[in-house]
Formats: sequence, C-alpha cells, structure tokens
Amino acid sequence: MSMPFGYASPEQIMRDKADYARKGIARGRSVVVLQYVDGILFVAPNPSRALHKISEIYDRIGFAAVGRYNEFEELRLGGIRYADINGYTYDRSDVTGRGLANLYASNLGRIFTESIKSLEVEVVVAEVGETKDGDAIYRLTFDGSVFDEHGFAAMGGQAEAVSSRLKEHYRESMSLADALEVALTALTEPGGERPPVAQLEVAVLDRNREHRKFLRLTGARLERLLAQTTTPPASEPTPPAGEGKDTPPPTGPDGDVDDGSSPL
Amino acid sequence: MASHRDLPVGLVNHLFRNTGNSSFTEFVSSYAPELLPQRDEVLATPIGDQVPHATTIVAATFAGGVIMAGDRRATSGNIISQRDVEKVFRADDYSCMGIAGTASTGLEFARLYRVELEHYEKLEGRTMSVAGKANRLATMIRGNLAMAMQGLVVVPLFAAYDPDKDEGRIFSYDVAGGPYERERFDAIGSGSIFARGSLKKLYRDGASSDDMVMTLIQALYDAADDDSATGGPDVSRKIWPIVTVIDADGFRRLTDEQVSSYVEQMLEARLISPDGPIAPLR
Repeated sequence: MSMPFGYASPEQIMRDKADYARKGIARGRSVVVLQYVDGILFVAPNPSRALHKISEIYDRIGFAAVGRYNEFEELRLGGIRYADINGYTYDRSDVTGRGLANLYASNLGRIFTESIKSLEVEVVVAEVGETKDGDAIYRLTFDGSVFDEHGFAAMGGQAEAVSSRLKEHYRESMSLADALEVALTALTEPGGERPPVAQLEVAVLDRNREHRKFLRLTGARLERLLAQTTTPPASEPTPPAGEGKDTPPPTGPDGDVDDGSSPL
Repeated sequence: MASHRDLPVGLVNHLFRNTGNSSFTEFVSSYAPELLPQRDEVLATPIGDQVPHATTIVAATFAGGVIMAGDRRATSGNIISQRDVEKVFRADDYSCMGIAGTASTGLEFARLYRVELEHYEKLEGRTMSVAGKANRLATMIRGNLAMAMQGLVVVPLFAAYDPDKDEGRIFSYDVAGGPYERERFDAIGSGSIFARGSLKKLYRDGASSDDMVMTLIQALYDAADDDSATGGPDVSRKIWPIVTVIDADGFRRLTDEQVSSYVEQMLEARLISPDGPIAPLR
C-alpha cells in the first residue's frame, strides 16, 4: 500500500513538536519558585524591567513563565480574565489555583495536539494558602501536563541542573532571605557569578498581607533583603551580553528591551 | 457559549481572545453581559421607594491624603432597613468609593469597580492614574442612567491619593456621570446638605488626619441630626460610622475601637453644646 504524499506518523509529529518546544524553552534563563515560611517566592533573572516573567493573577495566585514572551503573555492575560470573571461571578474566595491550572492545561494540551506549532512555554501557577499546608505550586509544560510540585519548582534554561541544586539546598519553612539565597544559589552555576540586583525579578505571595497577597520586591527593599543573604550578589552589572554568550530568543524578555515604563 | 470548534485553532474559549483593551467591564460585556449591573428592561412601576437606600457619605482632604466616612443606615421609604450597612468600599490600595442611593446597585458597582481597577493593574503592570480611575467610574454611572430614571439612582463619591501630587483628591458624580473634582471636601446622599454645611464651617486647610477624622464625624452627626435617613452613632448597639483614611501608605479603615474613641469625645462635647463646635464669627 502506498502512503499518501507527505505522510508522517502521529508519533513522529508529536515527537517533533515536543522536541521543537523543548529546544525553545531551554534557550531562555531559568525561573525558580519555592515555598518559604510566609508563602511562596518567585525568582527570575530578567534584565528587562518592563517585560515581566512573574505576575499576579489574583488575590492568592501568582504566575511565572519561561519561553516565548508573546505566548506566555497571552496565557497570563487569559488567566487574569478567568480569575477576575470567576471572582466577580461568585466570590473572591472561589478563584483557585487548581482551576486556573486546569484551564491552562486544557488550553496548552489543545494547542499541542491541534496546531502545527506547540507553545514554547512552561508555566508555574502558585497559590498561597492560610497555612503552609494550603500552599500549592503547579508546574505546566507545553503539552498540557500538570505537575503538582512540593516545595519548589524550576523551569527553563538548564532546568534539571537548577532543579537538582534547588533540591540539595531547599529546606522547609525557610525565612524569606534564606529562600532567596537558596534560589540564587540554584540559579547560579557552581563557581559562576550571581545575577546583579538590577537584573533580578523577585516577587512573593505573602500569606500575611491583606487583600492581595502578591508583592513585587524591587529597589531598596530587594537590596536590603539581598544584604541579609549570606553571599551578597555581584553589585556591578555584568558587561552587556557580548560575543560567546547565549543569545536569548528574539521575542523573549531576556533581550535588553526596556521601554522605561515603571515596574509595578 | 460557542463550542471551541467555532473558535480559531488553540482557543479553548473567549478567555484567550484579546478584547483590545484592558477594561474588565468591556470584557464582561462581551463574555457574560448578564453579569453587569446595567439593565435595559423597563420596569412596570418605579420601585425606588421599596428598595433599601444608602444615605450620607462625606469626604475631605487633609495634609497628605484624604478621608472618607459614611453612616451605617439604609432606609426603604420611612423604614430603617438596615442599621449596620457598609457603604464605603476600598477600590484599590490608594482609592475608595462611597455610595448613596439604591444600595443593591451600589454594592454591585463597588464590586465591579474594584475588579475593574485591579484588572487594569494586572494586565498593564501599572496602577491607573487617578484621573483615569475617576473617568472610569463616570462611564459606569452613566450606564445606569436608564435605571436611575426609574428610581434606581446610584451616586458615588470617589476619593484617592494621588502619588504624583502627594495629596488626596475627591471626585463627585451625578446620575448622568461626571466626574466633578472637588476641592477640600464633599458630601453625597440625603444628609449631604447638612453635612456640607457643617464641613464648610469646620474644615481647616492643612489639618492633620486626626483632626480631619473628627471633622467628618462631626459632619456626619450634624447630618444625622437633621436628616431622618442618616443614622447617628448607635451607642447601645456599638455601631460606629465607617472611617477610611488614604495617604502615601495606602488605604486603611479605622477599627471600631479607633472610631468609637472619636465618637465618644464628640458626644461628650455635645452634651454641653448640642449643636457641636462653634465656628468663630470673625
């Protein structure tokens, strides 16, 4: 029996799509999400102060993503619409991280199977609870798989290496400064230099805050916090990305695109 | 809702479709229009007198911020329908709104408005300007005009801290919209005439927040004194006015203990001078 022209087996198509997506995601830099005593900490090396990798979704829910900026931005906006419409229809307490993770999973899964190109993104949806047992970190991959992570998650770039360093140093109920220290250790290759303060995007979901738990840590507050960590970060900004360095994907937030608008 | 098969590839539903701007209200009006407080139906008879009405709200600026206070009474015609209703709402970290008129519609507006401001903030990654917030509220009130004509009137009072100017700002509205920016102070609701008269005499430029809270408590008492729909402090049930302060540190609502100490001071002085503080003649 002759095969129709251009036939490829479904297995082959899926494999190709997955490889394509994985390559795209591994190009950027890693993002780390981990639990600390008062909630959840997000850390992302990000030279852009305008294009965020970390965002608030709702009162108790935060979002972090790696990969192609326009694609995860679309997911972020959809997530905010989902959360706001549900919170408005029912009650603010009826918006859950699990519901959002399921929405993202079905959307990512559908795109992975139906369109030619899957999304080159990996996403974390984190929710802070009243106590640490109520905290949840969901990691979603490009094909719509959901991983219910315990304590910490790393994605993007050298995700496996970062994840193993994170596993090595992570302890339960760390203080915020300790958690930040662990995150930076995980994000830095052994012997490598830590990203300067200006190139760090840091945010927390702090269960002790009123109303909205999400808070970006920037400027003086972040510097004070970094000063409490055992190893102070490099204060001098690294020279501009030059020859021999991995160039980020053209649309990713790792580029030096900055329209100067104030960060949140 | 349409099946996802009718949508462009990859879209599960309209949540991922860009509506073109950052307004939550715009999005809801295309996604689930029945959720919006705006209604188009014509009522057979006006029901304005049969549903609870929220009454007096006062607001005044002080050095570095703004304070809003409201009494706790809701009335339906001549009946007191609720003694401890809350009519001053936090809109976001640096603004609040008070409502007078139809209580139910006002509550819905307050809830929608809060989401509206937050939605913009999350999508755009910045807080909306104070003028933007005031304009947005005007559009929402204008949308209710048809219902207002049938007796379901809602009029808000909006107060915000403007970080660019480092001062508090007050905006008022009418049934058709607005906003009208007010210098120094304003009042809305049935007791507003009396409250405004009181504020006119007691307001001091550059007063501290402590003094201004007292001024507003006095104004609310004067409103309750002369307007039957405005509730005074309920000493036996321990129901105190709601007082909210917004300054560079953000929005905070005074606790019942804090408000009760102001109220007790005021009541003590009124035992001697029942009409309250006397403004100097010259």
